[in-house]
This record gives sequence, structure tokens and C-alpha cells, in this order.
Amino acid sequence: MHEMVTTADRIDERVSQAAVEVRDVDFCYGSSLALEDISFDIPSSQIVAFIGPSGCGKSTLLRCFNRMNDLVPGARVTRGTIHIDGVEIHSPEVDPVELRRRIGMVFQKSNPFPRSIYENVAYGPRLTGVKDKGELDGIVESALRGSALWDEVKDRLEESAFGLSGGQQQRLCIARTIAVKPEIVLMDEPCSALDPVATAKVEELILELKKNYTIVIVTHNMQQARRVSDQTAFFYLGKLIEYGETSRIFSNPERVETEDYITGRFG
Amino acid sequence: MAKPPKAFATTGRSRKGEPLVWLTALGLTLGVLMTLWLLGLVVYKGCQTFWPDRLQVFEVKTDSGTEKVAGYEVLDRDRRDGDGNLHHEVQLFRGNVELYGEKFVFLDSSSIVSREQADDLLLVERLAGGNVIGRAKAIELADGSRMGPEDPSFEDELEALIEVNEDRRDELRDVEKFQIGKNSKRIKELELKKRLIADGKVGGSIPEIDAELEKLQAEYEELFAEKVKIEELMKARHLYIEAVDGREIVISGESLLHVLRPNEVGFFGRLGEMLRRIWNFLTMDPREANTEGGVYPAIFGTVIMTIVMSLFVTPFGVIAAIYLREYAKQGPFVRAVRISVNNLAGVPSIVFGVFGLAFFIYFVGGVVDGVFFPNAEEPVYKSGGILWASLTLALLTVPVVIVATEEALAAVPRGVREAALACGASKWQAIQRVVLPASLPGILTGVILAMARGAGEVAPLMLVGVVKSAPDLPIDVTAPFIHPERQFMHLGFHIYDLGFQSPDSEAAKPMVFATTLLLITIVVVMNLAAIIIRNRLRKKYATSSF
Repeated sequence: MHEMVTTADRIDERVSQAAVEVRDVDFCYGSSLALEDISFDIPSSQIVAFIGPSGCGKSTLLRCFNRMNDLVPGARVTRGTIHIDGVEIHSPEVDPVELRRRIGMVFQKSNPFPRSIYENVAYGPRLTGVKDKGELDGIVESALRGSALWDEVKDRLEESAFGLSGGQQQRLCIARTIAVKPEIVLMDEPCSALDPVATAKVEELILELKKNYTIVIVTHNMQQARRVSDQTAFFYLGKLIEYGETSRIFSNPERVETEDYITGRFG
Repeated sequence: MAKPPKAFATTGRSRKGEPLVWLTALGLTLGVLMTLWLLGLVVYKGCQTFWPDRLQVFEVKTDSGTEKVAGYEVLDRDRRDGDGNLHHEVQLFRGNVELYGEKFVFLDSSSIVSREQADDLLLVERLAGGNVIGRAKAIELADGSRMGPEDPSFEDELEALIEVNEDRRDELRDVEKFQIGKNSKRIKELELKKRLIADGKVGGSIPEIDAELEKLQAEYEELFAEKVKIEELMKARHLYIEAVDGREIVISGESLLHVLRPNEVGFFGRLGEMLRRIWNFLTMDPREANTEGGVYPAIFGTVIMTIVMSLFVTPFGVIAAIYLREYAKQGPFVRAVRISVNNLAGVPSIVFGVFGLAFFIYFVGGVVDGVFFPNAEEPVYKSGGILWASLTLALLTVPVVIVATEEALAAVPRGVREAALACGASKWQAIQRVVLPASLPGILTGVILAMARGAGEVAPLMLVGVVKSAPDLPIDVTAPFIHPERQFMHLGFHIYDLGFQSPDSEAAKPMVFATTLLLITIVVVMNLAAIIIRNRLRKKYATSSF
């Protein structure tokens, strides 16, 4: 238990700049406990990587941040609090729709809408009531530039999004997410279905996005976590085993489970 | 000496094939063959109806010598009589009802002395009484004198007579249907108003109305005189035909439609005649208890009814399915609703007809009449009409649309929904902008199935507005142009009526096949249109292949 305390002490130093504060969270799917007693802070304008074997609860925690788990019948936070910008996101005055506008999400499988490239990116802004064509054009262009896709698609904005390659589709999904101008971007294994070249491009993009957004990324790829993240959290069997600076976690892990996992002894 | 064991033994099954696979192939083959056979029969018989046959003159033995009869062969068959002897007989269309009483006759082959094709035989189409077969004898000219076929200008005169009568028929229809119709409608309105004023229900002056009524009455008499004049003009001239047995048939100009010499025209002439007949079939009103003329009102009624039905059933079914699939709390109740909806598709269609009659016509129609037409002498909406028929069929086909829509909604990938929500869409916004477009092709499949089912349905329609003959179309040029309360004709009912209710079933048989072919064609065309739309949408909203 004393390790947890050390972690908490470290968190306290920069509590003022925390974007997300997770305290004592338990999470259940029906009657089975998926997350147990999770507490940590995500600092703003940093990239935080969640690593851990399949089924350890890292995606579940990620989906708690924008209340995506509301859609799953029987899934709920049973204990603890999650504060984002000082607001408890499960409190009744928080509208999940509004929350999701401020916390964007990129999924494991690229999932563009069955529409044109332009319409995909303009979808979010349209929802918030942007109707002016000129304004929309501007948002679409800056979002596509932000996701480093503009030069590749600027001449075919009206074509179907399914004409793009897998990597381009994933970057389009990122453009769609940042077009809403969120504060935090959640990424659920964004590169797991991409080849190394496309992965490199997306990683480059993630580092670029760090300037403006707080990014939480779930990944199975240890090298990727090492390359892109500032902080790394290791989950195992629904528990947060270790959380800290990425360089320290990978070079000098405190816990033996972490060491076993990152050296490939299990998982 | 034992054989060396093989590394891979080939079993008998993998060589000969699985028996169950053969069985499934057999089932499919049988199904396809039966469908093809049915389609082939309908297409063959339907096209045959329009193909002009060569006319033949038969010499037939009778008790007192021989007798000549002309016509075309319809059927050739063997029949066993009461004593068990086989007779070969030929069915002949001989027309000339005023001479023979029946249009068709069976001739025993043994009694036929000779048969020959005579070039100068005419086939005359009439408005009433069916076709006439015989030789041209004379035509009555405008001055009352007669001109024989030997005269070089006989053909021109005949053609001119047919043409001028065609124009006069149009004129007559205009006077009868539109001018007199308008006049009598106005008279009816005024009389109703007069009665209301007399009862003190509305204000107005009776003498004023009387004056207008008088004027209208005068106008009516004028129109009626015009109508009689046109009819007289048409009746004034005649065509004289001599049947092959020497008797004379007089065809009034009023009734004369078309003359063909089927034995003289060549292949292209017959093809032209066939196209003319098809055109008439598609565009003319039926005559002679529907056994002759065209089916235009029935085509119109079928298409309009199907379209109106789709307009009702699509939004209703889609909305119901969206609630069932997306919003309703899944549980025993929703499951029960879903099972009920599915079972609704299995309820006999006549039950829907009875329901439509009781609910739409008697109840809703009664309320509408009570509120909007309290003074009408005859029920307006409280009787069968195309609106009620469309609604009844919409009810009948709504399960198809609901089931198809639910399936389509369920098939939209979860990722796409989540993406929409993650962009900050509310549930309804996600459904409206992403889920519905993606499931549109599947929904359209349901609508196509519903249309195919609805267009072919007959039994419920007989209770809620389909009639044997409805010369007034539900959409026409008289205000208010759309008449949803009107009864209408339907191709499916037309088939039933021709085949089983017609006084002369032999005469109606070709029409049955032609109408069946037409109904199938219309259903196919409407489905093709919907399929083309669906494929366009599918291309536009292609779901991710990634």
C-alpha cells in the first residue's frame, strides 16, 4: 500500500495543473468489478499512456472520462470521483453530451461516417450550431491541417471518406475530434490497426497535438508508450499498479509486475 | 499382401458429393423451374392476346348440308365424350354476336369439310358487341348513297369515316363528361343551398338562386341538344359487312372503331397492329363488362394506390422501428410487441380488409363526413375509396417495414454510433445524421418488399374501395384535382373480375393473361425503381470496409 502513497505524494506537487483527478474509483460491469480503487491525476498539456494486458481495465477507465460507458447496460462507477477541471463528471448537472464536446475520443477502429470527408469533419461543429459555410470551411481546413491530412485530401473533400487508406481514415477521425475543439483527447489504441508507416505518422501527429491538448492514450505497444508519452500508468487486473514519468517507469520500475510486463515476461 | 496405407484416404463422399447438398440444389432448381414456367406462360399467353391471327373460313357439316364460318383458331384439343370416345376439336373465335349469339364455338374436327385462308376478310372492331368478321359490302356516304368495295376510293372513305368518328367521340366525351358534369354538379350545389336557406340554416336569397338554376337548366338543355346532335351525326353513316354465310351485319358509325385485313398485312403490318392493340390496352377505358378495351383506369388505380400506401407506410414503420430499437427499454414488454408485429404479417389479408371497412370507412369516414360534409346526400368519405384502401394496405404491410428497419438499424456498426456520440451528438442527433443514413438502404429494402406485397394484394381491397368499373380517376382535371374518396379500379381485382365474374369467360381469357402480365410488369418496374434508388444510396453511404 505504501507505493500508492508515494504516487499520491508526487501527484500533490502538481495538483494545480491537473486536468483530470481520479479518486478511489471502483467500476462495475453488472456485478463484476472491473476497476478497483483507482486514484491518480492527469496533468494538463501532457501525454499520458495507459498500458497493461488485455482486460486490465485501461479502456474502461478511458471511457469513464467522457462517460461513454453510459451506453453499456449495467456499467457504472460504484465508488469514488472523477473531477475534470474541478467538476465531478457524474454529478447530475453535468450533461454527458456537453462533456463529450469538451473531451474528444479517437477509437481503436477508425470509424468515419459514411459521408464525404468534409462532412465527417464538419459533423461536430454543425452539432454545436455552426451553419455559416465560410466558418465551417475554416474549421474543416484547420482541423485537417491539425491532423496533417490537409495536403492529402484538399482536392477531394467531397469524396467519400471510405476512399481513404486506413491511416488516413484514422487521421480523419482525429481531425473530426479536434474540429470540436475539445480540451482533452482520449485515444483508445489508435494505431493498433495501422501499419508501421501510418503508425509513425499518427504518433508524430500526437506529439504535435500535445501543444494544445491533454492527451490520454491507451496502447498495447510498449515502444509507442515510450516514444510519445510523458507519463505512463500501468494497469493490471483492474488495479493501477504504477504511475509515473515514462522514462522512469521504463528504466526503473518500482514494482515487479511492471518490470515483468515491460520486459515482456508476461502479458 | 495388404496395400500400403495412403497418406490421405479419399472417402466416397468427397468424390460423389454430399447428398444433402444435392437435395438443396434440387429444391432450388424446382423453385426456379416453376417460377420460370409461370412467367413463361404468362408472357406467352399475354403477348399472344395482342398478336393478330390469320382468319380462316371453315366449311362445316350440319344436319342439312354444309355451312361456312370464319374466324381464328384459339384452341386445339382432344375431348372425351360421355361414351369415352375421343374427339378432336378446334375452338374458333367467330365474333358476330348478333348472328351467332356466342363469340366462341367448338368445331369437331370430323365435321370440318375444308378450311382456307381468304384474303379479303375483314376484322372490324366495334365499341359495343365485340368484333365482326366478314367481307366488306358497302359503306354509306354522307348523302345516303352506298359505295361498294369495288370503288377505288372505298378504302379512303372507310378510313375517313373512322377518323371523323374518333374526333366526334372525343367531342362527345368532352360535352358529356366535363360540360354536362360541371353543370349538374353546380345544379346540385344550388339545390342544396336552396334547401338550407329554406330551412333557415344559411342566409341568401332564393329568387337569385332560382334565376341561376333556370340559367343552368337552359344551359343543360343546350348541351344535351349538342350531345344528341353529335350522336345523330355519328349514327347517320353505316358500314355494311357480309358474313361468310351471306348474312349482313350493319355497323353504325357510332360503334365503328377500327378495321383490319389480317390476311393481307405482312409481318410488319401485324406487328404494327399488335403495338396498336397494346397501346389501346394500356390507354383505353374498359368496355363490354371489362372484356374489351383497355385497363387504363386499373393501371392508374394500382400505381396511385401503391404510391400512396408507401407514403403512409414508410414514415410510420420507420418511426415505430426507431423507437422499438433505439429508445424502448428492452424487456419482456418490448419483446412481446416485437413478436406481435411479426405475427401481424401472418394475419390473413381479408381480416385487414374487414378492419379497414369497420375502422377507416365506418368510423373515421363517418366522423369526417359528420364534421365536413354534414349536408351531403350521399356519404363522401364513409364509403370505400382510394385513401382508405391505401391506409388499409399500409397497415397490412407495416410489419414488413418495421422488421426491415429494425434489422437495418441493428446492422449499423457500433463504432459509427460511438463516434457520433463522442463528437458531442445527442442520441437523436446521432440517429438522425449518422445511423439513419447508414441504414437507409436496408430500410428501402423493406419498403420494396412492402410495395411488392401491397401491389399484389386483392382480397382486402374488395371491401375498402376497389370496384369493377370506375370511370372517374382519383386524380383528374376537375377541382380539387385529387379525389381521395373516389372508388378506383385495380389490376389484381380486374384479373379476378375478368376470370371469375365475367359473363363470357371465354372472351375474357386473353384479357386475364394480358392483365396478369401487366400487373407483374408494373410490380417489377416499381421494384426496379426502388432498387436503383437503393443502390445509389448504398454507394453514397457505403459502410466501412475497414
